Amino acid sequence: MAYRFDINGTRYSFASLKVLLARATPERSGDVLAGLAADDPVERLAAQHCLADVPLKAFLDDVLEVDGDAVTALIAAQHDAAAFAPVAALTVGEFRDWLLAPKTTGAEIAALAPGLTPEMVAAVSKIMRAQDLIAVTARIEVVTRFRSTIGLRGRLSTRNQPNHPTDDSRGIALSALDGLMMGAGDAVIGVNPATDSLPDFIRICEVLEAIRTQLNIPTQHCCLGHVTTALAAIEARAPVDLVFQSVAGSDKANAGFGVTLALLDEAHEAIRALGRAPEGANLMYFETGQGAALSADAHHGMDQQTMEARAYAVARRYRPLLVNTVVGFIGPEYLADGKQIIRAGLEDHFCGKLLGLPMGVDICYTNHSYADQEDMDILLTALAAAGVNFVITVPGADDIMLNYQSLAFHDAQFIRDTLGKPPAPEFAAWMAANGIGEPDTALPSLEAALSQLRLPAA
Amino acid sequence: MTDGPGITRAEIRAVTEARLTFGARGRALETGRALGFALDHAKARAAVLSEIDTGALGAALARAGLTHHVVTSEAATRDTYIRRPDLGRLLPEAARTALPRPAGGLDVALVLGDGLSATAVQLNGVAFVAALAARLQAEGLRMGPVILARQARVALGDGIAQAMEAETVVMALGERPGLSASDSLGVYITHRPEPQTPDSARNCISNIREAGTGVEDAAEQALRLILAMRRLGESGVALSRALGRVALHPAQTPRP
Repeated sequence: MAYRFDINGTRYSFASLKVLLARATPERSGDVLAGLAADDPVERLAAQHCLADVPLKAFLDDVLEVDGDAVTALIAAQHDAAAFAPVAALTVGEFRDWLLAPKTTGAEIAALAPGLTPEMVAAVSKIMRAQDLIAVTARIEVVTRFRSTIGLRGRLSTRNQPNHPTDDSRGIALSALDGLMMGAGDAVIGVNPATDSLPDFIRICEVLEAIRTQLNIPTQHCCLGHVTTALAAIEARAPVDLVFQSVAGSDKANAGFGVTLALLDEAHEAIRALGRAPEGANLMYFETGQGAALSADAHHGMDQQTMEARAYAVARRYRPLLVNTVVGFIGPEYLADGKQIIRAGLEDHFCGKLLGLPMGVDICYTNHSYADQEDMDILLTALAAAGVNFVITVPGADDIMLNYQSLAFHDAQFIRDTLGKPPAPEFAAWMAANGIGEPDTALPSLEAALSQLRLPAA
Repeated sequence: MTDGPGITRAEIRAVTEARLTFGARGRALETGRALGFALDHAKARAAVLSEIDTGALGAALARAGLTHHVVTSEAATRDTYIRRPDLGRLLPEAARTALPRPAGGLDVALVLGDGLSATAVQLNGVAFVAALAARLQAEGLRMGPVILARQARVALGDGIAQAMEAETVVMALGERPGLSASDSLGVYITHRPEPQTPDSARNCISNIREAGTGVEDAAEQALRLILAMRRLGESGVALSRALGRVALHPAQTPRP
């Protein structure tokens, strides 16, 4: 079916819903690279006007139009018609108005999640401004639990990311301790390993477990290796708290990550059977990012933001503890500058939250992007207002393993002070008991803190 | 603050380059550290945005006894290059026909591209190419002039090698700068490159710089790889497997 809109006598036509979504997407380099973007701002607005008139029900059809795609099948299987009922008769534009209406409650928005599809939330986000994306998500609470409770309204959690270029045990511990003494790590202490060998994976888990247990921290840890490595470590009875995996919005893109839904099912079952978590805890951690599908040539002609929202269908199958978009990591060919990264971060957070995910954001950029730390300040402030569940933090904003810039431990302190956002209640109590963040308490030096730790032998 | 019994500040510095907080743990980075961070970022940006000086590089190559030829990819400007990696991989038709074609083809085409850090190319590029060229000559292998490539991605070398009828292509170019180092050169070697060569068919030597892998070391590794490719007829993951090692291929997989 073709979609049409006229502006001052010029007719703009869009051959399919997939094309319409792409043309309506706010400008970003990845869609230009893929040849999917609107030719100019007027065509984009024609597409947005046209999109606003599309019934939400139209998105229940196969929008990707790829036979046999397992993510498409999953999206169809997840759809809950009863949950969808309150908005089933609306168009995309009317849905935006409903979301922003003063009488619509946060509980009503949250209750929609099982009835919404990724394509619906991507569509409505494309006709929403930054303040719209912030206003809606600020009203939704998505709470998850392991040893700490993440996502409670008015709080902001952090991932403490102590990466090291050679996975050196003491190097990891030093960065983790630096963050802990700044109050970072209530969402997770999570390491991206430099290698993906099983012995290193297990050693990293043991280092993080030593830190957690010896300091008695109410948090969880994660080594962000491949899911198959985590499975092998679980089989070896290593201290694995969370299973991590990068996921994307099509079968082909997930194949590029070396995963299938069956493999993720197996991992989810294995981590549950390991039995380290309290009953009912959330046990999975996923990362995503706009451009991942395109970079694997697995976007099937769909714009990168809609593909990103489709990845959330994969994530929500597993009731994860944490999901974050690594928004500026992939590079300027997908998100060129600070403006595009800021917009994408707000979109991803919005789409994830509307689909019921405990959404966090790695507020970050690479050195070949047209962005800097000030853009990250703006995105952090906007996302904190939007109620983001957690953000990533590293020593001095410089990830020395992945060679990109994220937030510093200090940046979380800035937002806690400025917007009054304490960490998870269990972690806040641990901080108070140890005098962390209190001006009259002298914390140990890093040298002393490391010396008191008993790390497993390399 | 006292040092614990196990580790000293100097030892910490040897263990990690992370920007740890040694002084007071305040609400913001101290002024000195904040400005230092901004300076490191400015240097990295300058490395990304600067253009290679083909005149100076050509003169340096001449001093090493090497001739050169300059090409520019389909990405005519730095901005296009950064936003459109597909264009940085394409050799314009005019550049293709203008490439020197030594009779009987070549064993190895040497390409020195700007990549994402002209700084790395200025500091380490010519020294690496000269060190490798001397080794190739000693082995009696035929090379053409060094190709200086502007707005170049790795795969640009494939088209250059095909036009020059070269069996193997060595593409040396500036790596994406980190915050602490913007002078790293990366080298990608591909045997019998094709228009759609996957990255898994290349072998890579990365982090070539004064504080990383030295230029002579890297040239020696590159020579051994080229000789192995010529012996076994393949490159990339297949070669690594044949040689019984794991690491020698690009590890540039996007994180998400």
